[in-house]
Amino acid sequence: MVIIAAGLGVLALASALVLNAFRSNLVFFFSPSQVAANQAPQGKAFRIGGLVETGSVKRADDGLTVGFRVTDTAHTIAVVYTGILPDLFKEGKGVVAQGRLGADGVFAATEVLAKHDENYMPPDAAHAIEQAQKAQQSVISK
Amino acid sequence: MIPEIGQFALILALLLALTQGVLPIVGAARAIPAWIRVARPAAQGQFVFVAIAFGCLAWSFVANDFSVLNVATNSNSQLPAQYRFAATWGSHEGSLLLWVLMLNVWTVAVTVFSRHLPEEMVARVVGVMGLVSVGFLLFMLLTSNPFERLFPAAPDGRDLNPLLQDPGMVIHPPMLYMGYVGFSVAFAFAIAALLGGRLDATWARWSRPWTTLAWCFLTLGIMLGSWWAYYELGWGGWWFWDPVENASFMPWLFGTALIHSLAVTEKRGSFKSWTVLLAICAFSLSLLGTFLVRSGVLTSVHAFATDPKRGIFILAFLTVVIGGSLTLFAWRAPRVGLGGKFDLVSRESMLLANNVLLAVAAGSVLLGTLYPLFLDALNLGKISVGPPYFDAVFVPLMTPAVFLMGIGPLARWKEASLPELAVRLKWALGVSLITALLLPFVMGRWTPLVAFGLLLAAWIIATSAVALKYRLSRHEGSLWARLAAQPRSYYGMLLAHCGVAVFIIGVTLVKGYETERDVRMAVGDSVTVGSYAFRFDGVKEITGPNYRGSRGAIDVSRDGRHIEVLHPEKRVYNVQQMPMTEAAIDTGIFGDLYVSLGEPVSGGAWSVRVYHKPFVTWIWGGCIIMALGGLLALCDRRYRVPARRSEAIAAAGGKKRAGMSGAAG
Repeated sequence: MVIIAAGLGVLALASALVLNAFRSNLVFFFSPSQVAANQAPQGKAFRIGGLVETGSVKRADDGLTVGFRVTDTAHTIAVVYTGILPDLFKEGKGVVAQGRLGADGVFAATEVLAKHDENYMPPDAAHAIEQAQKAQQSVISK
Repeated sequence: MIPEIGQFALILALLLALTQGVLPIVGAARAIPAWIRVARPAAQGQFVFVAIAFGCLAWSFVANDFSVLNVATNSNSQLPAQYRFAATWGSHEGSLLLWVLMLNVWTVAVTVFSRHLPEEMVARVVGVMGLVSVGFLLFMLLTSNPFERLFPAAPDGRDLNPLLQDPGMVIHPPMLYMGYVGFSVAFAFAIAALLGGRLDATWARWSRPWTTLAWCFLTLGIMLGSWWAYYELGWGGWWFWDPVENASFMPWLFGTALIHSLAVTEKRGSFKSWTVLLAICAFSLSLLGTFLVRSGVLTSVHAFATDPKRGIFILAFLTVVIGGSLTLFAWRAPRVGLGGKFDLVSRESMLLANNVLLAVAAGSVLLGTLYPLFLDALNLGKISVGPPYFDAVFVPLMTPAVFLMGIGPLARWKEASLPELAVRLKWALGVSLITALLLPFVMGRWTPLVAFGLLLAAWIIATSAVALKYRLSRHEGSLWARLAAQPRSYYGMLLAHCGVAVFIIGVTLVKGYETERDVRMAVGDSVTVGSYAFRFDGVKEITGPNYRGSRGAIDVSRDGRHIEVLHPEKRVYNVQQMPMTEAAIDTGIFGDLYVSLGEPVSGGAWSVRVYHKPFVTWIWGGCIIMALGGLLALCDRRYRVPARRSEAIAAAGGKKRAGMSGAAG
């Protein structure tokens, strides 16, 4: 009996930990279109994804701060990142970045991910582009 | 021709697996000796055909047969031969074949090393493993045929992912799979016990060595994966709580719980149902892990859904295996019974508490891994669950587990007294507290995190020492004689626990004292990290067998004294045009110097990662020590049952020597 109670205690503790950790550590994904529509939270970390716009990558003089634009073909968002970019970061290719949206509308990335399949497309980025194109098509067909 | 032979071999293996899965189990239930005797030859025959199939696929890879789709998509004629061989298991299809091969290796091992077991038991165990094999072979033949031809043949292959072109990746998957698949033996023993209704201490003794061996392989497999990520991905991380890693970690957690639970079942006859349940869980999560990593569901839930044949088969197979075994458990477990009673304060209760903690930890990892997949599959939004979640859940759950890990070996079975434990442990507690308070100052800087980590590590080591001391005090004779009198499994346990301590030290110190600098370096620039100065001497162009790249030269010195020149590389592989970072690492017991090239920025300057990672090797060293502890426990004399009976006299003479070498180990 006591053991069952203790087991339930552990479970309760674990659930509390999990819920708490979930609440504060889930990172949501928004496409550039959603960010443009002000659906993304201010002052909370989230992820964006899309293609790195061709010709948009600019390096600052320190060699480590990089500015680039992420597009889902409908909207773009300016991103700034300080650090070394992953090997697979390329203009015209897919990217996912995690960070916060500044008051100036520039997304300050703390992490840039280029994990993906052989088509250079992170699934989240592909999803964003797909959604944007669907949205555009429905606008055109109307 | 060769691929077709492989294909036929697979079909024959499937037929033998069906025979192996049906006849012995039915034979054991209906007491038909002839059917029971089918188990061994069927399993060994299946092994032969699976080995032929594997050999055919490996040959296709090594001989560059690009008319095989699998070879054309995962290999290339420029690829060095050893990686062409490793590419055999680089793809989804090939890795399934490796899985089945491993399963057959384990099954054959069971048929060979089970001469002392009752025949019905062997028949049931081998039969269950045969049924698992049926599932995998069907999956391969129906949805993921590794021998599928490509017409017309490709002129050359698309190459193996450059990340996998590494010695670590050659041995990591086989190790990991040996662990995953090894739990199928524990699973088969559990199901056999449920079917036969016989679940006692002898049963636990039979399945224990298999489980421990599988756990050792899994430990080493995970360790190799972590080490590979550290040196190959180029940014010095060693664990990311990535779904792929979690997939291997969850069976490990359940496996760890299982080997402890089995110990109780063997020694005290308790926890029977729980042990069976853990065996089912460990194997179920191994299956889930295999499919999570290999089915593409992680890359994209939607891509996975566009090839529904595979997905439906996987879900159906998981449902049959997990659902079927849990139903059997619900039906038969009451007959198995719970086993002996024990007090609230006893070694059993502490082991049970640790078991629950490990299982709950595995559950929380499972939740964090699958939750984003569920949300995505239901189109409820895309989220990611990152390392902060896992850290926030895992550390609080493991802290009491580590605390109990120190007390458990000192507590008596059945009934322990708290005051007695307190007396025994007060020195261990004092030593650990002093270590935690003072050692960080010696290391350079006191932080709560470092103190806490060192407290846990010191607690494990100190309590292990106390446990050994009390254990020895119960025997008589010289110190050596007393040390030699302890069984190897006891030393194995202490060693594995100390491995956990070493691991905790590594994690704590690397988290607490690491220095990471991402800098822009022109030729001649210097940067200081820790007490080391790194000077960038430029890069040279290089050409490898299947890549081109740049090779940097970074001069490392300490207090003006030259130490060495590190050569990090940036490679671009010819076929996939995929850039790759090869870090240069100076590995040391007390810390690594880690340098990797970012990208060329301007005027011959590069962005460079310059890291100092104190004690990082202890993380993997701890894992190796854990695995060695498991192997030492495996060498325990009581698992060599046949030898004990027939060679009782000889064993009495050899007892001293065997014990001595155990103590030395």
